[in-house]
Amino acid sequence: MPMSAFDQILLIVKESCKHADPTVDESATPKAIKIAKEDLTLTAQNLLQNPLTYFDMLSCITGIDNGPDAGTMEVVYNLYSIPFNHHLMLKIIVPREKPEVESICHIWKSADWLEREVFDMYGIHFLNHPDLRRILMPADWEGYPLRKDYKHQEYYRDIKVEY
Amino acid sequence: MPTDSVQYKSKPGNLNRSVPNKFNAENLRSEEMIINLGPQHPSTHGVLRLEVLLDGEIVKEVVPHIGYLHRCFEKHAENMPYNQVIPFVDRLDYVASMNNEHAYAMGVERMLGIDHQIPKRVEYVRVVVAELNRIASHFIAIGTYGMDIGAFTPFFWLMRDREHILRLLEWASGARLLYNYIWIGGLFYDLPVGFEDRCREFVRYIKPKLQELETVLIENKIFIGRTANVGVLPLDLAINCGVTGPMLRGSGLRFDLRRVDGYSVYPELDFEIPIGDGKMGKVGDCWDRTNVRVLEIHESLKIIDQCLDKLTGEHIRTRDFDPQALIPKKIRPKAQDLYVRAEIPKGELGFFFRADGKSDVALRCKCRSCSFVNLSVLPEIAKGILVADLIAIIGSIDVVMGEVDR
Repeated sequence: MPMSAFDQILLIVKESCKHADPTVDESATPKAIKIAKEDLTLTAQNLLQNPLTYFDMLSCITGIDNGPDAGTMEVVYNLYSIPFNHHLMLKIIVPREKPEVESICHIWKSADWLEREVFDMYGIHFLNHPDLRRILMPADWEGYPLRKDYKHQEYYRDIKVEY
Repeated sequence: MPTDSVQYKSKPGNLNRSVPNKFNAENLRSEEMIINLGPQHPSTHGVLRLEVLLDGEIVKEVVPHIGYLHRCFEKHAENMPYNQVIPFVDRLDYVASMNNEHAYAMGVERMLGIDHQIPKRVEYVRVVVAELNRIASHFIAIGTYGMDIGAFTPFFWLMRDREHILRLLEWASGARLLYNYIWIGGLFYDLPVGFEDRCREFVRYIKPKLQELETVLIENKIFIGRTANVGVLPLDLAINCGVTGPMLRGSGLRFDLRRVDGYSVYPELDFEIPIGDGKMGKVGDCWDRTNVRVLEIHESLKIIDQCLDKLTGEHIRTRDFDPQALIPKKIRPKAQDLYVRAEIPKGELGFFFRADGKSDVALRCKCRSCSFVNLSVLPEIAKGILVADLIAIIGSIDVVMGEVDR
Protein backbone atom coordinates (compact mmCIF):
# COMPACT_ATOMS: atom_id res chain seq x y z
CA MET A 1 0.00 0.00 0.00
CA PRO A 2 1.51 3.36 -0.91
CA MET A 3 2.20 5.61 2.00
CA SER A 4 0.10 8.75 2.27
CA ALA A 5 1.86 12.09 2.40
CA PHE A 6 1.00 12.58 6.03
CA ASP A 7 2.37 9.18 7.04
CA GLN A 8 5.57 10.04 5.27
CA ILE A 9 5.83 13.28 7.21
CA LEU A 10 4.99 11.51 10.45
CA LEU A 11 7.80 9.03 9.83
CA ILE A 12 10.31 11.82 9.39
CA VAL A 13 9.05 13.56 12.52
CA LYS A 14 9.30 10.28 14.46
CA GLU A 15 12.88 9.79 13.36
CA SER A 16 13.88 13.23 14.56
CA CYS A 17 12.15 12.98 17.93
CA LYS A 18 14.57 11.73 20.55
CA HIS A 19 12.86 12.80 23.76
CA ALA A 20 9.23 11.77 23.42
CA ASP A 21 7.06 10.08 20.85
CA PRO A 22 5.02 12.45 18.72
CA THR A 23 1.25 12.20 18.91
CA VAL A 24 -1.17 12.99 16.11
CA ASP A 25 -4.20 15.24 16.39
CA GLU A 26 -6.57 14.15 13.62
CA SER A 27 -9.27 16.71 14.35
CA ALA A 28 -7.08 19.65 13.39
CA THR A 29 -7.02 21.06 9.87
CA PRO A 30 -4.33 20.56 8.60
CA LYS A 31 -3.45 17.49 10.69
CA ALA A 32 -1.34 18.32 13.69
CA ILE A 33 1.62 16.54 15.28
CA LYS A 34 2.44 17.17 18.91
CA ILE A 35 6.13 16.93 19.76
CA ALA A 36 8.26 17.57 22.80
CA LYS A 37 9.80 21.03 22.93
CA GLU A 38 13.33 19.62 23.07
CA ASP A 39 12.83 17.97 19.69
CA LEU A 40 11.64 21.08 17.89
CA THR A 41 14.89 22.32 16.36
CA LEU A 42 15.93 18.96 14.97
CA THR A 43 12.45 18.21 13.66
CA ALA A 44 12.16 21.57 11.98
CA GLN A 45 15.60 21.20 10.44
CA ASN A 46 14.76 17.77 9.07
CA LEU A 47 11.37 18.81 7.75
CA LEU A 48 13.00 21.63 5.83
CA GLN A 49 15.93 19.67 4.49
CA ASN A 50 14.43 16.28 3.78
CA PRO A 51 13.82 16.10 0.03
CA LEU A 52 10.58 14.18 0.63
CA THR A 53 8.95 16.97 2.62
CA TYR A 54 10.84 20.19 1.99
CA PHE A 55 8.74 22.46 4.17
CA ASP A 56 10.21 25.68 2.87
CA MET A 57 7.67 28.12 4.26
CA LEU A 58 6.76 28.83 7.84
CA SER A 59 3.38 30.51 7.55
CA CYS A 60 2.33 31.18 11.07
CA ILE A 61 3.30 30.81 14.72
CA THR A 62 0.45 30.93 17.19
CA GLY A 63 0.66 31.08 20.93
CA ILE A 64 -2.22 29.69 22.96
CA ASP A 65 -2.79 29.96 26.68
CA ASN A 66 -4.74 27.08 28.17
CA GLY A 67 -5.42 29.04 31.32
CA PRO A 68 -4.08 28.86 34.88
CA ASP A 69 -6.08 25.70 35.64
CA ALA A 70 -4.44 23.66 32.93
CA GLY A 71 -1.10 25.27 33.67
CA THR A 72 0.16 24.97 30.11
CA MET A 73 0.68 27.09 27.07
CA GLU A 74 1.01 25.98 23.49
CA VAL A 75 2.98 27.13 20.50
CA VAL A 76 1.59 26.09 17.13
CA TYR A 77 3.68 26.20 13.97
CA ASN A 78 1.99 26.12 10.57
CA LEU A 79 4.34 24.83 7.91
CA TYR A 80 3.79 24.68 4.20
CA SER A 81 5.77 23.02 1.45
CA ILE A 82 5.52 24.86 -1.84
CA PRO A 83 6.85 22.11 -4.16
CA PHE A 84 4.68 19.32 -2.67
CA ASN A 85 1.70 21.40 -1.51
CA HIS A 86 1.81 19.79 1.94
CA HIS A 87 0.47 21.42 5.06
CA LEU A 88 1.52 20.57 8.58
CA MET A 89 0.73 21.83 12.04
CA LEU A 90 3.34 21.28 14.74
CA LYS A 91 2.34 21.73 18.36
CA ILE A 92 4.56 22.28 21.36
CA ILE A 93 3.30 22.34 24.92
CA VAL A 94 5.21 24.37 27.49
CA PRO A 95 4.60 24.80 31.22
CA ARG A 96 3.01 28.05 32.24
CA GLU A 97 5.48 28.82 35.03
CA LYS A 98 8.55 28.73 32.84
CA PRO A 99 7.51 29.00 29.20
CA GLU A 100 10.57 28.46 27.05
CA VAL A 101 11.04 27.14 23.53
CA GLU A 102 14.09 26.99 21.34
CA SER A 103 13.94 29.62 18.59
CA ILE A 104 13.80 28.45 14.98
CA CYS A 105 14.90 31.79 13.54
CA HIS A 106 18.00 30.28 12.01
CA ILE A 107 15.89 27.81 10.04
CA TRP A 108 13.14 30.11 8.78
CA LYS A 109 13.74 33.84 8.87
CA SER A 110 10.01 34.52 9.03
CA ALA A 111 10.10 33.11 12.57
CA ASP A 112 11.87 36.26 13.75
CA TRP A 113 8.91 38.60 13.98
CA LEU A 114 6.34 35.86 14.52
CA GLU A 115 8.21 34.66 17.61
CA ARG A 116 8.56 38.20 18.85
CA GLU A 117 4.80 38.59 18.61
CA VAL A 118 4.18 35.41 20.59
CA PHE A 119 6.64 36.63 23.21
CA ASP A 120 4.90 40.00 23.31
CA MET A 121 1.45 38.54 23.83
CA TYR A 122 2.19 35.47 25.97
CA GLY A 123 5.63 35.94 27.48
CA ILE A 124 6.90 32.72 25.97
CA HIS A 125 10.68 33.00 25.76
CA PHE A 126 12.37 31.86 22.60
CA LEU A 127 15.88 30.82 23.50
CA ASN A 128 18.67 32.00 21.22
CA HIS A 129 16.42 34.42 19.39
CA PRO A 130 18.65 37.22 18.02
CA ASP A 131 16.45 40.10 19.10
CA LEU A 132 13.64 39.14 21.45
CA ARG A 133 11.83 42.40 22.19
CA ARG A 134 8.19 43.38 22.39
CA ILE A 135 6.88 44.15 18.93
CA LEU A 136 3.29 45.42 19.08
CA MET A 137 2.99 46.65 22.67
CA PRO A 138 5.18 49.43 24.08
CA ALA A 139 8.48 48.27 25.54
CA ASP A 140 7.49 49.30 29.08
CA TRP A 141 4.07 47.64 29.05
CA GLU A 142 3.38 45.37 31.99
CA GLY A 143 2.07 41.87 31.61
CA TYR A 144 1.23 39.72 28.61
CA PRO A 145 -2.15 40.75 27.18
CA LEU A 146 -3.39 37.53 25.62
CA ARG A 147 -2.89 35.37 28.68
CA LYS A 148 -6.21 34.19 30.04
CA ASP A 149 -5.61 35.67 33.49
CA TYR A 150 -4.34 39.02 32.21
CA LYS A 151 -5.35 42.13 34.09
CA HIS A 152 -4.30 45.36 32.47
CA GLN A 153 -2.44 47.91 34.51
CA GLU A 154 -4.47 50.83 35.78
CA TYR A 155 -2.20 53.55 34.51
CA TYR A 156 0.30 53.60 31.70
CA ARG A 157 2.56 56.67 31.92
CA ASP A 158 -0.14 58.47 33.90
CA ILE A 159 -2.76 57.70 31.26
CA LYS A 160 -5.74 55.69 32.44
CA VAL A 161 -5.91 52.34 30.70
CA GLU A 162 -9.48 51.34 29.95
CA TYR A 163 -10.68 48.32 28.12
CA MET B 1 43.45 93.77 -33.95
CA PRO B 2 46.03 94.39 -31.19
CA THR B 3 46.14 91.54 -28.73
CA ASP B 4 46.53 93.70 -25.63
CA SER B 5 42.94 94.93 -26.00
CA VAL B 6 41.68 91.67 -24.51
CA GLN B 7 40.44 92.69 -21.11
CA TYR B 8 40.59 89.30 -19.42
CA LYS B 9 43.38 86.82 -19.61
CA SER B 10 42.79 83.40 -18.16
CA LYS B 11 45.39 82.17 -15.74
CA PRO B 12 45.07 79.02 -13.60
CA GLY B 13 45.50 81.03 -10.41
CA ASN B 14 42.42 83.09 -11.18
CA LEU B 15 40.18 80.23 -10.12
CA ASN B 16 41.61 80.05 -6.61
CA ARG B 17 39.27 81.25 -3.89
CA SER B 18 39.90 84.82 -2.88
CA VAL B 19 38.83 83.95 0.68
CA PRO B 20 40.09 80.67 2.07
CA ASN B 21 37.64 78.19 3.68
CA LYS B 22 37.13 78.46 7.39
CA PHE B 23 36.79 74.69 7.79
CA ASN B 24 39.39 72.20 6.86
CA ALA B 25 38.07 69.08 5.19
CA GLU B 26 40.54 66.86 7.01
CA ASN B 27 39.20 67.89 10.39
CA LEU B 28 35.57 67.13 9.58
CA ARG B 29 33.97 64.28 11.47
CA SER B 30 32.50 61.55 9.33
CA GLU B 31 30.53 59.06 11.29
CA GLU B 32 27.33 57.05 11.34
CA MET B 33 24.09 58.79 12.08
CA ILE B 34 20.71 57.55 13.30
CA ILE B 35 17.77 58.99 11.42
CA ASN B 36 14.21 58.41 12.47
CA LEU B 37 11.81 57.97 9.58
CA GLY B 38 8.19 58.20 10.59
CA PRO B 39 5.83 57.38 12.27
CA GLN B 40 4.27 60.51 10.81
CA HIS B 41 6.01 60.48 7.46
CA PRO B 42 3.69 60.24 4.46
CA SER B 43 5.91 57.86 2.53
CA THR B 44 5.82 55.26 5.30
CA HIS B 45 2.15 54.59 4.42
CA GLY B 46 0.69 55.06 7.86
CA VAL B 47 2.29 54.87 11.23
CA LEU B 48 5.44 52.93 10.53
CA ARG B 49 8.58 54.08 12.27
CA LEU B 50 11.93 53.21 10.80
CA GLU B 51 15.14 53.62 12.70
CA VAL B 52 17.74 54.05 9.98
CA LEU B 53 21.47 53.88 10.53
CA LEU B 54 23.10 56.04 7.90
CA ASP B 55 26.62 56.46 6.67
CA GLY B 56 26.31 59.59 4.60
CA GLU B 57 23.46 58.74 2.29
CA ILE B 58 24.04 55.00 2.46
CA VAL B 59 21.66 52.98 4.59
CA LYS B 60 23.61 50.59 6.78
CA GLU B 61 20.80 49.17 8.86
CA VAL B 62 17.02 49.55 9.10
CA VAL B 63 15.02 48.63 12.18
CA PRO B 64 11.25 48.87 11.75
CA HIS B 65 9.28 49.75 14.89
CA ILE B 66 5.61 48.85 14.63
CA GLY B 67 2.61 48.73 16.91
CA TYR B 68 1.37 52.31 16.66
CA LEU B 69 -1.94 51.09 15.23
CA HIS B 70 -2.40 48.08 17.48
CA ARG B 71 -6.12 47.68 18.16
CA CYS B 72 -6.13 44.34 19.98
CA PHE B 73 -7.89 42.42 17.21
CA GLU B 74 -7.02 39.04 18.67
CA LYS B 75 -8.19 40.01 22.15
CA HIS B 76 -11.48 41.27 20.75
CA ALA B 77 -11.92 38.11 18.71
CA GLU B 78 -11.61 36.04 21.88
CA ASN B 79 -14.43 37.97 23.49
CA MET B 80 -17.06 38.05 20.77
CA PRO B 81 -19.18 35.56 18.88
CA TYR B 82 -17.79 34.63 15.47
CA ASN B 83 -20.26 36.71 13.47
CA GLN B 84 -19.58 39.85 15.47
CA VAL B 85 -15.87 39.69 14.67
CA ILE B 86 -16.47 40.45 10.98
CA PRO B 87 -16.48 44.26 11.43
CA PHE B 88 -13.13 43.92 13.19
CA VAL B 89 -11.82 41.80 10.34
CA ASP B 90 -12.79 44.66 8.00
CA ARG B 91 -10.41 46.91 9.82
CA LEU B 92 -7.35 44.72 9.37
CA ASP B 93 -6.49 45.58 5.79
CA TYR B 94 -8.85 48.50 5.54
CA VAL B 95 -8.38 49.07 1.82
CA ALA B 96 -9.40 45.50 0.95
CA SER B 97 -12.09 44.66 3.48
CA MET B 98 -14.05 42.31 1.23
CA ASN B 99 -11.06 40.05 0.82
CA ASN B 100 -10.54 39.89 4.58
CA GLU B 101 -14.18 39.05 5.17
CA HIS B 102 -14.02 36.36 2.52
CA ALA B 103 -11.07 34.69 4.23
CA TYR B 104 -12.60 34.89 7.68
CA ALA B 105 -16.04 33.69 6.63
CA MET B 106 -14.45 30.79 4.77
CA GLY B 107 -12.58 29.75 7.90
CA VAL B 108 -15.61 29.70 10.15
CA GLU B 109 -17.66 27.93 7.50
CA ARG B 110 -15.02 25.24 7.28
CA MET B 111 -15.12 24.78 11.03
CA LEU B 112 -18.90 24.43 10.87
CA GLY B 113 -18.61 22.08 7.90
CA ILE B 114 -20.95 24.11 5.70
CA ASP B 115 -18.35 25.36 3.24
CA HIS B 116 -19.60 23.02 0.47
CA GLN B 117 -23.25 23.97 0.90
CA ILE B 118 -22.88 27.66 0.19
CA PRO B 119 -25.09 28.50 -2.84
CA LYS B 120 -23.15 29.10 -6.04
CA ARG B 121 -24.68 32.53 -6.50
CA VAL B 122 -23.40 33.59 -3.10
CA GLU B 123 -19.91 32.36 -3.99
CA TYR B 124 -19.91 34.23 -7.30
CA VAL B 125 -21.09 37.43 -5.66
CA ARG B 126 -18.33 37.04 -3.08
CA VAL B 127 -15.73 36.64 -5.78
CA VAL B 128 -17.04 39.67 -7.71
CA VAL B 129 -16.90 41.98 -4.72
CA ALA B 130 -13.55 40.57 -3.58
CA GLU B 131 -11.99 41.08 -6.99
CA LEU B 132 -13.43 44.60 -7.25
CA ASN B 133 -11.85 45.34 -3.92
CA ARG B 134 -8.57 43.77 -5.04
CA ILE B 135 -8.50 46.22 -7.93
CA ALA B 136 -9.22 49.13 -5.57
CA SER B 137 -6.43 47.99 -3.28
CA HIS B 138 -3.94 47.68 -6.14
CA PHE B 139 -4.98 51.15 -7.33
CA ILE B 140 -3.98 52.55 -3.94
CA ALA B 141 -0.75 50.57 -3.96
CA ILE B 142 0.29 51.75 -7.40
CA GLY B 143 -0.99 55.31 -7.01
CA THR B 144 0.70 56.02 -3.71
CA TYR B 145 3.82 54.27 -4.88
CA GLY B 146 4.01 56.60 -7.86
CA MET B 147 3.53 59.56 -5.54
CA ASP B 148 6.29 58.32 -3.22
CA ILE B 149 8.82 58.48 -5.95
CA GLY B 150 7.67 61.64 -7.63
CA ALA B 151 4.87 60.83 -10.10
CA PHE B 152 1.84 62.84 -9.07
CA THR B 153 -0.62 62.39 -11.94
CA PRO B 154 -1.25 58.62 -11.71
CA PHE B 155 -2.35 59.01 -8.10
CA PHE B 156 -5.23 61.30 -9.07
CA TRP B 157 -6.20 59.15 -12.02
CA LEU B 158 -6.28 56.04 -9.88
CA MET B 159 -8.18 57.70 -7.04
CA ARG B 160 -10.75 58.86 -9.58
CA ASP B 161 -11.18 55.33 -10.90
CA ARG B 162 -11.16 53.79 -7.46
CA GLU B 163 -14.11 55.98 -6.60
CA HIS B 164 -16.20 54.09 -9.17
CA ILE B 165 -15.41 50.82 -7.39
CA LEU B 166 -16.20 52.27 -3.98
CA ARG B 167 -19.55 53.53 -5.27
CA LEU B 168 -20.38 50.08 -6.63
CA LEU B 169 -19.51 48.48 -3.32
CA GLU B 170 -21.39 51.14 -1.41
CA TRP B 171 -24.41 50.39 -3.52
CA ALA B 172 -24.16 46.71 -2.63
CA SER B 173 -23.30 46.96 1.05
CA GLY B 174 -24.13 50.47 2.23
CA ALA B 175 -20.59 51.40 3.22
CA ARG B 176 -17.66 52.77 1.27
CA LEU B 177 -14.73 51.07 2.95
CA LEU B 178 -15.71 48.80 5.83
CA TYR B 179 -18.47 46.72 4.41
CA ASN B 180 -19.58 43.90 6.74
CA TYR B 181 -21.08 42.41 3.58
CA ILE B 182 -19.86 38.81 3.51
CA TRP B 183 -21.40 36.96 6.41
CA ILE B 184 -20.72 33.51 7.73
CA GLY B 185 -22.86 31.24 5.58
CA GLY B 186 -23.99 33.86 3.12
CA LEU B 187 -24.21 37.54 2.40
CA PHE B 188 -25.71 40.55 4.10
CA TYR B 189 -27.91 41.08 1.05
CA ASP B 190 -28.06 40.04 -2.57
CA LEU B 191 -26.58 42.38 -5.15
CA PRO B 192 -28.89 45.32 -5.93
CA VAL B 193 -30.90 45.09 -9.16
CA GLY B 194 -28.87 46.48 -12.04
CA PHE B 195 -25.51 45.95 -10.31
CA GLU B 196 -24.33 43.54 -12.97
CA ASP B 197 -24.89 46.06 -15.77
CA ARG B 198 -23.13 48.83 -13.89
CA CYS B 199 -20.25 46.50 -13.13
CA ARG B 200 -19.89 45.61 -16.79
CA GLU B 201 -19.95 49.29 -17.61
CA PHE B 202 -17.11 49.80 -15.14
CA VAL B 203 -15.06 46.99 -16.67
CA ARG B 204 -15.51 48.55 -20.12
CA TYR B 205 -14.57 51.95 -18.75
CA ILE B 206 -11.47 50.85 -16.87
CA LYS B 207 -9.69 48.89 -19.60
CA PRO B 208 -8.47 51.90 -21.65
CA LYS B 209 -7.63 53.70 -18.41
CA LEU B 210 -5.24 50.91 -17.51
CA GLN B 211 -3.56 51.40 -20.85
CA GLU B 212 -3.12 55.06 -19.94
CA LEU B 213 -1.69 54.09 -16.59
CA GLU B 214 0.85 51.81 -18.16
CA THR B 215 1.96 54.51 -20.55
CA VAL B 216 2.22 57.28 -18.02
CA LEU B 217 3.69 55.36 -15.09
CA ILE B 218 4.87 51.83 -15.67
CA GLU B 219 6.71 52.47 -18.94
CA ASN B 220 7.80 55.92 -17.90
CA LYS B 221 11.55 56.33 -18.16
CA ILE B 222 11.87 58.12 -14.82
CA PHE B 223 9.77 55.49 -13.07
CA ILE B 224 11.88 52.70 -14.53
CA GLY B 225 15.02 54.54 -13.49
CA ARG B 226 13.79 54.83 -9.93
CA THR B 227 12.55 51.26 -9.56
CA ALA B 228 14.51 48.91 -11.83
CA ASN B 229 17.32 47.07 -10.05
CA VAL B 230 16.23 48.60 -6.75
CA GLY B 231 15.33 46.44 -3.76
CA VAL B 232 15.99 43.13 -5.46
CA LEU B 233 14.44 40.32 -3.43
CA PRO B 234 15.90 36.94 -4.40
CA LEU B 235 13.43 34.08 -4.50
CA ASP B 236 15.11 31.88 -1.88
CA LEU B 237 15.19 34.73 0.62
CA ALA B 238 11.57 35.57 -0.17
CA ILE B 239 10.40 32.03 0.56
CA ASN B 240 12.53 31.71 3.68
CA CYS B 241 11.10 34.97 5.01
CA GLY B 242 7.55 33.80 4.33
CA VAL B 243 6.85 36.56 1.81
CA THR B 244 3.64 36.06 -0.17
CA GLY B 245 1.45 37.84 -2.68
CA PRO B 246 2.68 40.17 -5.43
CA MET B 247 6.07 40.39 -3.70
CA LEU B 248 6.65 36.66 -4.03
CA ARG B 249 5.30 36.63 -7.58
CA GLY B 250 7.47 39.62 -8.41
CA SER B 251 10.44 37.47 -7.41
CA GLY B 252 9.44 35.00 -10.07
CA LEU B 253 7.40 32.25 -8.41
CA ARG B 254 4.01 31.48 -9.94
CA PHE B 255 2.30 31.03 -6.60
CA ASP B 256 -1.22 32.25 -6.00
CA LEU B 257 -3.45 30.73 -3.34
CA ARG B 258 -6.48 31.27 -5.56
CA ARG B 259 -4.94 28.69 -7.88
CA VAL B 260 -3.00 26.55 -5.39
CA ASP B 261 -5.79 26.10 -2.85
CA GLY B 262 -8.61 26.62 -5.33
CA TYR B 263 -11.03 27.90 -2.74
CA SER B 264 -14.49 29.34 -3.45
CA VAL B 265 -15.29 29.23 -7.19
CA TYR B 266 -11.79 30.11 -8.39
CA PRO B 267 -11.18 26.65 -9.93
CA GLU B 268 -14.09 27.33 -12.33
CA LEU B 269 -12.62 30.60 -13.50
CA ASP B 270 -10.00 31.17 -16.14
CA PHE B 271 -7.23 33.56 -15.19
CA GLU B 272 -3.47 33.85 -15.44
CA ILE B 273 -0.98 34.37 -12.64
CA PRO B 274 1.46 37.10 -13.66
CA ILE B 275 5.02 36.92 -12.37
CA GLY B 276 8.01 39.22 -12.48
CA ASP B 277 10.45 38.43 -15.25
CA GLY B 278 13.12 41.09 -14.82
CA LYS B 279 12.10 42.92 -17.96
CA MET B 280 13.59 46.24 -16.85
CA GLY B 281 16.24 45.05 -14.41
CA LYS B 282 16.77 42.05 -12.20
CA VAL B 283 13.98 39.64 -11.28
CA GLY B 284 12.36 40.69 -8.02
CA ASP B 285 13.07 44.41 -8.15
CA CYS B 286 10.57 47.14 -7.33
CA TRP B 287 9.53 47.51 -10.95
CA ASP B 288 8.64 43.83 -11.20
CA ARG B 289 6.48 44.00 -8.09
CA THR B 290 4.58 47.02 -9.38
CA ASN B 291 4.16 45.51 -12.80
CA VAL B 292 2.77 42.32 -11.27
CA ARG B 293 0.11 44.43 -9.55
CA VAL B 294 -0.87 46.09 -12.81
CA LEU B 295 -1.10 42.74 -14.59
CA GLU B 296 -3.15 41.37 -11.72
CA ILE B 297 -5.72 44.11 -12.26
CA HIS B 298 -6.20 42.83 -15.80
CA GLU B 299 -6.68 39.30 -14.46
CA SER B 300 -9.16 40.50 -11.87
CA LEU B 301 -11.15 42.18 -14.64
CA LYS B 302 -11.20 38.87 -16.49
CA ILE B 303 -12.48 37.12 -13.37
CA ILE B 304 -15.18 39.74 -12.82
CA ASP B 305 -16.30 39.39 -16.44
CA GLN B 306 -16.69 35.63 -16.10
CA CYS B 307 -18.50 35.90 -12.77
CA LEU B 308 -20.93 38.44 -14.22
CA ASP B 309 -21.67 36.02 -17.04
CA LYS B 310 -22.59 33.39 -14.46
CA LEU B 311 -24.57 35.84 -12.35
CA THR B 312 -26.66 36.91 -15.30
CA GLY B 313 -26.90 33.42 -16.82
CA GLU B 314 -26.68 30.21 -14.86
CA HIS B 315 -27.07 31.69 -11.39
CA ILE B 316 -29.36 34.57 -12.18
CA ARG B 317 -31.20 36.35 -9.39
CA THR B 318 -34.54 34.71 -8.59
CA ARG B 319 -37.40 36.06 -6.56
CA ASP B 320 -37.10 33.46 -3.82
CA PHE B 321 -33.30 33.52 -3.50
CA ASP B 322 -32.25 34.39 0.02
CA PRO B 323 -28.50 34.92 0.56
CA GLN B 324 -29.07 34.71 4.31
CA ALA B 325 -30.82 31.33 4.14
CA LEU B 326 -27.79 29.34 5.26
CA ILE B 327 -26.60 31.69 7.96
CA PRO B 328 -26.59 29.66 11.16
CA LYS B 329 -28.60 30.98 14.08
CA LYS B 330 -25.96 29.87 16.52
CA ILE B 331 -22.40 29.52 15.35
CA ARG B 332 -20.98 26.74 17.47
CA PRO B 333 -18.22 24.76 15.76
CA LYS B 334 -16.94 21.44 17.11
CA ALA B 335 -13.80 21.50 19.23
CA GLN B 336 -10.94 21.76 16.78
CA ASP B 337 -7.95 23.71 15.53
CA LEU B 338 -8.08 25.10 12.04
CA TYR B 339 -5.76 27.16 9.92
CA VAL B 340 -7.32 28.79 6.89
CA ARG B 341 -5.64 31.00 4.36
CA ALA B 342 -6.71 33.05 1.39
CA GLU B 343 -5.13 35.33 -1.15
CA ILE B 344 -5.80 38.97 -0.40
CA PRO B 345 -4.19 41.75 -2.47
CA LYS B 346 -1.07 41.83 -0.27
CA GLY B 347 -0.55 38.10 0.05
CA GLU B 348 -1.59 35.23 2.27
CA LEU B 349 -4.06 36.16 4.99
CA GLY B 350 -4.32 33.32 7.46
CA PHE B 351 -6.55 32.73 10.44
CA PHE B 352 -5.82 30.19 13.11
CA PHE B 353 -8.91 29.24 15.07
CA ARG B 354 -9.28 27.13 18.16
CA ALA B 355 -12.84 26.30 19.05
CA ASP B 356 -13.76 24.56 22.28
CA GLY B 357 -17.09 23.18 21.05
CA LYS B 358 -19.02 24.62 23.98
CA SER B 359 -19.40 28.27 23.09
CA ASP B 360 -19.86 30.48 20.07
CA VAL B 361 -16.76 32.47 20.96
CA ALA B 362 -13.39 31.41 19.65
CA LEU B 363 -10.89 30.28 22.26
CA ARG B 364 -8.15 31.70 20.09
CA CYS B 365 -8.27 33.56 16.81
CA LYS B 366 -4.84 34.38 15.48
CA CYS B 367 -4.47 36.49 12.39
CA ARG B 368 -1.44 35.82 10.26
CA SER B 369 -1.25 39.00 8.27
CA CYS B 370 0.69 39.24 5.06
CA SER B 371 1.81 42.85 5.47
CA PHE B 372 3.39 41.95 8.81
CA VAL B 373 5.46 39.15 7.36
CA ASN B 374 6.22 41.04 4.13
CA LEU B 375 7.47 44.01 6.12
CA SER B 376 9.86 41.82 8.12
CA VAL B 377 11.90 41.33 4.95
CA LEU B 378 12.68 45.05 4.75
CA PRO B 379 15.86 44.98 6.92
CA GLU B 380 17.19 42.18 4.71
CA ILE B 381 16.85 44.00 1.39
CA ALA B 382 17.54 47.54 2.59
CA LYS B 383 21.24 47.24 3.35
CA GLY B 384 23.79 49.35 1.50
CA ILE B 385 21.23 51.29 -0.51
CA LEU B 386 20.49 55.00 -0.74
CA VAL B 387 17.85 56.68 1.40
CA ALA B 388 15.78 57.52 -1.67
CA ASP B 389 15.76 53.84 -2.61
CA LEU B 390 14.60 52.94 0.88
CA ILE B 391 11.44 54.96 0.22
CA ALA B 392 11.03 53.17 -3.11
CA ILE B 393 11.32 49.77 -1.39
CA ILE B 394 8.80 50.57 1.36
CA GLY B 395 6.29 51.66 -1.26
CA SER B 396 6.81 48.53 -3.32
CA ILE B 397 6.18 46.26 -0.32
CA ASP B 398 2.71 47.84 -0.11
CA VAL B 399 2.15 47.69 3.62
CA VAL B 400 -1.11 48.66 5.24
CA MET B 401 -0.38 49.41 8.86
CA GLY B 402 -3.85 48.38 9.94
CA GLU B 403 -2.88 44.88 8.99
CA VAL B 404 0.65 44.99 10.32
CA ASP B 405 -0.39 46.08 13.79
CA ARG B 406 -3.86 44.56 13.94
